[in-house]
Amino acid sequence: MSNAPLAPVPAGKDRTRPDDGARAPLTPDHVWQLLDTVPDPEIPVISLVDLGIIRAVDLDGDKVVVTVTPTYSGCPATRVINEDILACLHANGIENARIETRLSPAWTTDWISEKGRAALLEYGIAPPQPKGIPEACPRCGGRSLELTAQFGSTPCKALWRCNDCLEPFDYFKCI
Amino acid sequence: MAVDRDTLFDWLLRLGDNTLVLSHRVSEWCGHAPVLEEDIALANTALDLIGQTQMWLNLAGEVEGKGRDADALAYLRDAWDFRNLLLVERPNGDFGHTMMRQFLFDAWQNVLLARLKESTDQRVADIAEKALKEAAYHLERSRGTVIALGDGTGESHARMQSALDALWDYVGEMFLDDDVDRAIADAGVGPLPSTLRGEWDGIVNAALNEATLARPDSDFAQTGGKTGRHTEDLGYILAEMQFLQRAYPGATW
Repeated sequence: MSNAPLAPVPAGKDRTRPDDGARAPLTPDHVWQLLDTVPDPEIPVISLVDLGIIRAVDLDGDKVVVTVTPTYSGCPATRVINEDILACLHANGIENARIETRLSPAWTTDWISEKGRAALLEYGIAPPQPKGIPEACPRCGGRSLELTAQFGSTPCKALWRCNDCLEPFDYFKCI
Repeated sequence: MAVDRDTLFDWLLRLGDNTLVLSHRVSEWCGHAPVLEEDIALANTALDLIGQTQMWLNLAGEVEGKGRDADALAYLRDAWDFRNLLLVERPNGDFGHTMMRQFLFDAWQNVLLARLKESTDQRVADIAEKALKEAAYHLERSRGTVIALGDGTGESHARMQSALDALWDYVGEMFLDDDVDRAIADAGVGPLPSTLRGEWDGIVNAALNEATLARPDSDFAQTGGKTGRHTEDLGYILAEMQFLQRAYPGATW
């Protein structure tokens, strides 16, 4: 199995590896790039890499081990995330892959990338802030904000309201 | 000094059964809470607790070494094999009563998990590190609710005082040391429960003071949950929680 050739990469999925048979060896960078195309199932504007839950990519020959850390221990998206990672790798010809779960160090919103924070804001979710409350309304930029509820539609969010534009909005909890 | 397998298994069940039974109790509010935001908050709290349960009970099953995972331990044991505190199986009562129970538990869980982060068993320390972040958020919320309702209207104050009085008999069990706890503490795996009391008192006294609630005088403690002697309420919880797996063994989504 380990010597079997990888299936061709579907056109358009990958520009970093030639399709002419003289394949470049698989690199962790390549796998990271692939994982950066996998969206979070509940907040699809942010990739798993930008969310900071991919902790490591290790290669052993053509075997890929992706180390993932959960956001919240009971988050129902965790299983879907693992399935999505494997599906992406399989679609790109990487059949020999497995997921490892790592609990420590525990995930922190500090690991969300700048690109990810910008995408959250653009989507209407106020990104996490060190002081634990949103900085500004993601819709109008208003600074007069009010907590509606400490939890929201997913485990990672809280509900806030802007007193300027009166719109409710999601805030990505800071942990 | 290493701890033997049976003792570690029993102790891990205590951790996992606490979060499992409390999670089930809190989830009973789903669709019934006084306002939508509280409904969502309670359901999310239950979700965090069930996630922690999976970690603790999977580790318990791994330690036991008989091929049982978290699902097998949750769905296929009877009441006398459960090791949760009596506090967490107490019926919900009204919303204030549920939040008072949550606060008393959250304060304890925060103190406990902070100590478990220093466990000599790395698997225990890793789970504690993860769970503590969630527990801290739960405490922030339940503490705020207890204060808001305690220092609220005459009606809400009376209900919170009555909840505190009714639940107080179940507080003492959290700080009771037995042979399992002593073996665990000797091995450096976890703290002696009695050593958690001072810090818990500090958190609880400050909040009750702010909530204008009177801490009950009594030191009486209902006990038995940690060794499998439960109130009849646990049986009703298990009947609901386990029915599907009992009636249709191995059923999956």
